[in-house]
Amino acid sequence: MRTRLDTDALLQRLALLGVVAYLAVFLALPLGTLFEKSFRDHNGAWVGLANWLRYMETPSLVASLGNTIWVSLLATAIVVPLAFVYAYALTRTTMRFRGTFRAIGLLPILAPSLLSAISLIYLFGNQGLARWVLMGNSVYGPIGIVIAQVFYCFPHAFLILATALSIADKRHYEAAEVLGASNARIFLTVTLPGVKYGLVSAFFVVFTMVATDFGIPKVIGGRFNVLATDIYKQVVGQQNFEMGAVVGMVLLLPACLAFAADRWVARRQVALLTARAVPFTPQANAMRDWLLFAFCGLIALCILTLLGIAAWASFIQYWPWNMSLTWRHYLFSNADASGWSAYFNTLQMAALVATFGTFVIAFGAWLVEKTKGAEILRGVVQFLAMIPLAVPGLVLGIAYIFFFNKPGNPLGFLYGTIGILALNTITHFYTVAHLTALQALKQMDPEFESVSASLKVSVWRTAWKVTLPVVSPAMLDVWFYMFVNAMTTVSAVVFLYGPFSKLASVSIINMDEAGFTASAAGMGIVIVLTSGFAKILQSLLAAYLAKRTQAWRMR
Amino acid sequence: MAHLAVDKLSKSFGAFHAVREASFTVAQGEFVCLLGPSGCGKTTLLRMIAGLETATSGRIVQNGVDITNFPPSKRDFGIVFQSYALFPNLTVFDNVAYGLRSKGSMRTDTRARVEELLNLVGLPGETKKYPAQLSGGQQQRVALARALAIQPGLLLLDEPLSALDARVRQHLRHEIRSLQRRLGVTTIMVTHDQEEGLTMADRIAVMNAGQIEQFAAPHELYARPATPFVADFVGTTNFMPATFVAPGKVAAGGRELAADTPGGLSAGAKLRICVRPEDILVRNVTEGAANRIEVSVDELIFMGAFSRAKLGVAGGVALQADFSANLLRDVGVREGSRLTVALPPDRLRVFAD
Repeated sequence: MRTRLDTDALLQRLALLGVVAYLAVFLALPLGTLFEKSFRDHNGAWVGLANWLRYMETPSLVASLGNTIWVSLLATAIVVPLAFVYAYALTRTTMRFRGTFRAIGLLPILAPSLLSAISLIYLFGNQGLARWVLMGNSVYGPIGIVIAQVFYCFPHAFLILATALSIADKRHYEAAEVLGASNARIFLTVTLPGVKYGLVSAFFVVFTMVATDFGIPKVIGGRFNVLATDIYKQVVGQQNFEMGAVVGMVLLLPACLAFAADRWVARRQVALLTARAVPFTPQANAMRDWLLFAFCGLIALCILTLLGIAAWASFIQYWPWNMSLTWRHYLFSNADASGWSAYFNTLQMAALVATFGTFVIAFGAWLVEKTKGAEILRGVVQFLAMIPLAVPGLVLGIAYIFFFNKPGNPLGFLYGTIGILALNTITHFYTVAHLTALQALKQMDPEFESVSASLKVSVWRTAWKVTLPVVSPAMLDVWFYMFVNAMTTVSAVVFLYGPFSKLASVSIINMDEAGFTASAAGMGIVIVLTSGFAKILQSLLAAYLAKRTQAWRMR
Repeated sequence: MAHLAVDKLSKSFGAFHAVREASFTVAQGEFVCLLGPSGCGKTTLLRMIAGLETATSGRIVQNGVDITNFPPSKRDFGIVFQSYALFPNLTVFDNVAYGLRSKGSMRTDTRARVEELLNLVGLPGETKKYPAQLSGGQQQRVALARALAIQPGLLLLDEPLSALDARVRQHLRHEIRSLQRRLGVTTIMVTHDQEEGLTMADRIAVMNAGQIEQFAAPHELYARPATPFVADFVGTTNFMPATFVAPGKVAAGGRELAADTPGGLSAGAKLRICVRPEDILVRNVTEGAANRIEVSVDELIFMGAFSRAKLGVAGGVALQADFSANLLRDVGVREGSRLTVALPPDRLRVFAD
């Protein structure tokens, strides 16, 4: 038997269809086109695996696959232990200034990945202040890439591990202590197993980030080739779209692998915290706390130095010959024709992405969570929503070129506009935002809609009067996440900007390429300040929301 | 005419049958209880009546209209969930008024109506508080007021008291019942607490493994359970294995007992007899009394107003009997004493095994 659908249920199904259509047009179809393109030649004729065979036979391309793997492994092997100790110090000790350290540890999120590479050039490049540290080795190449990636990925690994470490049951520790276990044994038998999944997850996230990042190898890679720069060279440099498609598919592999492994691990994760768990409260231990304080201080100093160098260098007349200060590098039009308009384009795009993206994603998550029945439609949305996590920005970027640039695509008018940049960026960061919204919705009593139905109140009214106010803090988080990512993203948009829609992050690459490194650093700093400003705005709004809509949380 | 008629309603999830061919009727103004252990399908049955689950087969007729395939929004009911599902960000007033505003009543009418409802559930003057600031019992009352606000033809209560502590539960049990009587609202309540069912309901549907085992008034259910499951689930009971001898005669523990036997049995058929602990007679057991047996008092457990005795019977059967404090004093029962008790034939229930 089937329940007859009322108006609400019909509208919800229509809306679900809308979300499916959105994800199909802006995710599935472009990716499908990319896949297909890798089997066709320049004229569109079907050539089977010819492009793939040519890829295998080109030594330089295969070499960059190897380069990508070992550089990613090395950066991951450095950043995960560092982030673990940092997160441990912040969650499991009584060390001082933990709040400050947390803020500093997350600072790199506000900057585009390539800003740390630019700082490294100022420090260790041909005119670097501390070139002697490298003992004759060039920073341009794997050394620079690895160091820059460590900074870029640090906050992400730190966040995952801090979350994992903050979940602990005091009773396990008390039991171990009562049984006479040594501190080392407790660490190995209680602490580590508890964060096993966090560690695995951090490993895969960082590996994928490094393998698919474009900004850093572009700026500091020199002649050291990786997959991400290969795509750019094939597509933008040589206009060899077919080979670009093949490299894109190859780049999808490590990300898909990491994605599958992460899912596999997540399924094995059992809830450590039961309702009766006693929260862990760290005990003071002077020696340990001071050692960790020194460690965290060192890391924080490195992060601040790297950001500080970029900020400082952007005001220097002519590094390192004339170290007097000037504003002139901020007259961006001297370095790149788009000048400040690139920044305003970015700002416009980020506002669009954050506002429109949060709306679409939250609405999609709400439909998945709150629609009664319609299992297939909801499953399709849920499946499509998970894909972007496994698709590197570069791959999504060239997929968009192929799809929207195809003659006869009615959406072709979007090509080269701010609109396509925004839509691409929303899709690129869809998964995390979707999961955040879903998580917030799942914390609500599933019977709210049943009660509303019995009271003859429409689901839309309940969504507006109850659901939205309750989840508004999470929505604000999503908004900020989308905004900052839109401000700093490079990889996808580097293929998609048009003459009037160049973005600040792309302009950094262009200025750096043209030798205007100080202006590139300056633009990076402007982005950091904007993201930082957005963060402050978010905190203020969150405080306001807490007062306006969250009063009921007070007892 | 019955307000609600449920006819052979079934619900299966794949191979699992949550509810099998459940049929019962609820008269106008009646209080019916769906009683059973967890997992027996009672909540699924209630959710089908609300339209929150789709029935696999069967019919639900409310006021003469077949509502089996109606969505919840087209049905006439108010519901109170175990979790209450109060909107956390709305005040008590807004929660109760939630269903009123959408019906387009005037503001002043709404205010008066909400106050009337809160008075009705015994919670006057708490309009500005948020649900988190109320006790469990108060939240329960708000949920009840919200459900009653739209004057539903049918009130559904899903384990409404199980989240409360024992004292509040007892109190609210009585209040809900008298409120229901006063308003005359037809009500179906789901519970796993047999005492709750016995004290509140006009009729009880006892459910087990997706089926309704018996649908009857509380006293009928208690005195004449239709199945061993009902006898065991409602109240306490003694089970004794027995065999069929002749109509009105069974053999248990090596002696013959008189009892009402079901028809269609052949001699030697395996039976189960059940008797309630309070039905075992000690006083006035005269020579000619039926079903006299000699027992030893093996154990006496003090329970307050009465004591539960474990009686040893020759043949190895043990019986539980409840002896009032009065009786213990008058007859002088102690652990180790020997007694002659009687099992009144009209109090014995015989089930084919």
